[in-house]
Amino acid sequence: MTVDTVAHAAATPDVVQPFAELGLKPDEYERIRAILGRRPTSSELAMYSVMWSEHCSYKSSKVHLRQFGEKAPKTDALLVGIGENAGVVDIGQGWAVTFKVESHNHPSYVEPYQGAATGVGGIVRDILTMGARPVAVMDPLRFGPADAPDTRRVLPGVVAGIGGYGNCLGLPNIGGEVVFDETYLGNPLVNALCVGTLRHGDIKLAKASGPGNLVVLFGAKTGGDGIGGVSVLASETFDADGPAKRPSVQVGDPFTEKVLIECCLEIFAADLVVGIQDLGGAGLSCATSELASAGSGGMHVVLDRVPLRDPTLSPEEILMSESQERMCAVVEPAKAARFLEICERWDVTATVVGEVTDTGRLVVEWHGEVVVDVPPRTVAHEGPVYHRPFARPGGQDDLQADAPTADRLPRPSTPDELRATLLRMVAAPNLAAKTWVTSQYDRYVRGNTVLAQPEDAGMVRVDEETGLGVALATDGNGRHCRLDPYAGAQLALAEAYRNVAASGARPLAVTNCLNFGSPEDPAVMWQFAEATRGLADACLELGVPVTGGNVSFYNQTGEVAILPTPVVGVLGVIDDVDRRTPMGFGPEGETVLLVGETRDELGGSEWAHVVHGHLGGLPPVVDLRRERQLAEILVAGSRDGMLTAAHDVSDGGLAQALVEMCLRSGRGARVFLPDGVDPFVALFSESAGRAVVAVPRSEELRFTDMCVARHVPVVRIGVVDGDALDVQEQFSVTVEELRAASEATLPALFG
Amino acid sequence: MAARIGVVTFPGSLDDVDAARAVRLAGAEPVALWHKDRTLQGVDAVVLPGGFSYGDYLRCGAIARFAPVMESLVDAARGGLPVLGICNGFQILCESHLLPGALTRNDSLHFVCRDQRLRIENAATAWTSAFQPGQEIVVPLKNGEGSYVADERTLDELEAEGRVVARYLDVNPNGSRRDIAGISNAAGTVVGLMPHPEHAVEPLTGPTTDGLGFFTSVLTRLVGA
Repeated sequence: MTVDTVAHAAATPDVVQPFAELGLKPDEYERIRAILGRRPTSSELAMYSVMWSEHCSYKSSKVHLRQFGEKAPKTDALLVGIGENAGVVDIGQGWAVTFKVESHNHPSYVEPYQGAATGVGGIVRDILTMGARPVAVMDPLRFGPADAPDTRRVLPGVVAGIGGYGNCLGLPNIGGEVVFDETYLGNPLVNALCVGTLRHGDIKLAKASGPGNLVVLFGAKTGGDGIGGVSVLASETFDADGPAKRPSVQVGDPFTEKVLIECCLEIFAADLVVGIQDLGGAGLSCATSELASAGSGGMHVVLDRVPLRDPTLSPEEILMSESQERMCAVVEPAKAARFLEICERWDVTATVVGEVTDTGRLVVEWHGEVVVDVPPRTVAHEGPVYHRPFARPGGQDDLQADAPTADRLPRPSTPDELRATLLRMVAAPNLAAKTWVTSQYDRYVRGNTVLAQPEDAGMVRVDEETGLGVALATDGNGRHCRLDPYAGAQLALAEAYRNVAASGARPLAVTNCLNFGSPEDPAVMWQFAEATRGLADACLELGVPVTGGNVSFYNQTGEVAILPTPVVGVLGVIDDVDRRTPMGFGPEGETVLLVGETRDELGGSEWAHVVHGHLGGLPPVVDLRRERQLAEILVAGSRDGMLTAAHDVSDGGLAQALVEMCLRSGRGARVFLPDGVDPFVALFSESAGRAVVAVPRSEELRFTDMCVARHVPVVRIGVVDGDALDVQEQFSVTVEELRAASEATLPALFG
Repeated sequence: MAARIGVVTFPGSLDDVDAARAVRLAGAEPVALWHKDRTLQGVDAVVLPGGFSYGDYLRCGAIARFAPVMESLVDAARGGLPVLGICNGFQILCESHLLPGALTRNDSLHFVCRDQRLRIENAATAWTSAFQPGQEIVVPLKNGEGSYVADERTLDELEAEGRVVARYLDVNPNGSRRDIAGISNAAGTVVGLMPHPEHAVEPLTGPTTDGLGFFTSVLTRLVGA
């Protein structure tokens, strides 16, 4: 085997290199040659190609993502902002949390179990890398139609993979989403969120400082899995006649990761690292170049020392391998012995593979010869930046004009029709109970789960002494975004924000996973530009900064892109988890109130989707000021003990919100629809900025006074009562019948 | 002085923090025991917690059984030390032959996490004396390989000797023979349980606080002894 060394590369400038096969454009390749003043070695080419891929470099999205920083609201809560592995948020009492959502879409389509499993593994390592103990995970998932044959292949595998990995790590799964839509058939969205907790002083950063400090690789050995996974899988559309890419998906070992977590936390507690980075996409290439780039600027790595599962791997493959469950730490020589001792205690393989230098170069040596000699910033942080052209697609006006008005889409009007519509909606895959999925996840482990799915937000206790806790919700609505990406992204944020507030927590910070089609399509790029602009504007208005996230492009099959799907995660803090508000109705006799305003807003609604297969018109109006007021009311209501239940109104409208509150508690309600509103609109409109709450009669006046004082409409719509959802003068459905309709759907489809 | 109850951590143990919390809430002092140590640090009882010891590779509990700490534990258990094995701990007890039978893959082939109703069949063991015979309780259940199996003769024996400690009600979540959720050794000191009482010890985080009874039971016994 001949090795392409730096000396050899300098001597053979005319060798033709497969840059295009590695995903690099001709001008990108020329830039690498210009940076190096020679042709790159094959190891350098491998490194640049993975690090300059869309997935790692954000080259198409960067110019838009800058808004999250530029428009960031003033806040004291951010301890670490965008750019690190994950943002860190101050939640008080000396505690901080770090959280992030990421995609693992393409691998999960190719190999559902391993793709989803390693998605969990990757995000958990990101959180761990910040110095935090991972404490919970959530999974927003999107699939093709529930009854499509391929969904029966992908969904069970994804769910089993998430459960198989997350359960074995001992992380409670506290929420997420399961959404079905035609456009996700060839491109399921498998997003994974993790949240971790740490003390303020314990934050760790990914930088290699201090020349002479040692670079230690620890965790699993390096194998041939995932080679090219990042640059190939994440950046190319699936073509019907494309090459089989199956072997590119990494294989996870959650046991190794669990041990690695405990080992790292013990190392952190003993204060033994200067900097730390996990090995995820682009493996060692990414970890070494990022650590060096952010630190003293240089690093010398002896690649021969990397422990291998497969001794035949070439230096290029070792640099690109995405073998899971690996970490890279920078350790002062005086602390190395103690570091290795802790690894030994946990039976974790740890190897000193290099040291930090002040040369400004990342030098990688293989069998005594230099195979990489590059300025690390050019690999990690100075990749290409594209100003992709974008344009509002021609059909957008027609789409928005195609509103679901009563004359175009027949609406139910009689009590029987309304009842039948309700039952049909309740059983529709997007609204039906997701127990088939969530019962495969452990929600109890660690004993701090206060709320978990199907609650509006997941909530975990952070401090057992004081009751301090955090709540998290993720939301996204691709149909709303398709109709208006600017408003759609804001609606996703508003919904997650509202869900967190409904649980009683004060929204603090945002993470996002932006799932879109090809950035090379100006129409898709327009959706992306609009969605990021909308999200950044809304974060500013709501006072919640974006702390980090992830972009996933090329989610399309042939020319057809997925619905633009920004998934937004909101984190909130609650001083005492004992005060949390659940979604299920409390005792009989309590008053049910609808907070917020209902308009005839059915564009992109679940009703239009389920009953008419229709997508057109405009999404519901976004009123961020109202969202903020509503959140204040929900948080105050929880803090002051006025609320026994709260539930946001979104997909499926008021009807679905009431159904879910009945199902969660097993109690019925007598409901009076507000005067002057068409019963169908009252039940199925998806107007934003609304919540249903239940209050004890003794608190009713105090609560409604609070709403009035804040100029938020509130109307009494009923009382918790009996064992049926009884919509007065319209229809009645027993809780038992609702449950049967809601719970039968997924088991019937997936076994 | 409070009773000292050991909680063993194997690589891959997950519910050790929960078991320690349950011990503490019951009024005892939890003592962390490490799989590589041979000493039991003079504890009065031991909990083998849930999780995936050694990744559940080979077979659930099959590798943990050979951990150094288990040598001491098996001897002590044979000598009367109360031991509660929960989920993976139950699997380890079976692999160690402290309890008969085995736990196999759920009949649904899926991991299942649910709030499970149980009936306490034997309220005379070291870990169930706080309950009434026949008492119905609800605690979380979460397992992928929780289907209890044994040959008919062993099952008959367990039944005849009152060694079926708890049984599933409403739904048999994993296909266990005769709806068995937990069993004990002949002396009633070693109990294996597939559901997770340590997750039902606080009203805020559990479906009930029914699980606490398992931990207070052993305390009563230790104080009385």
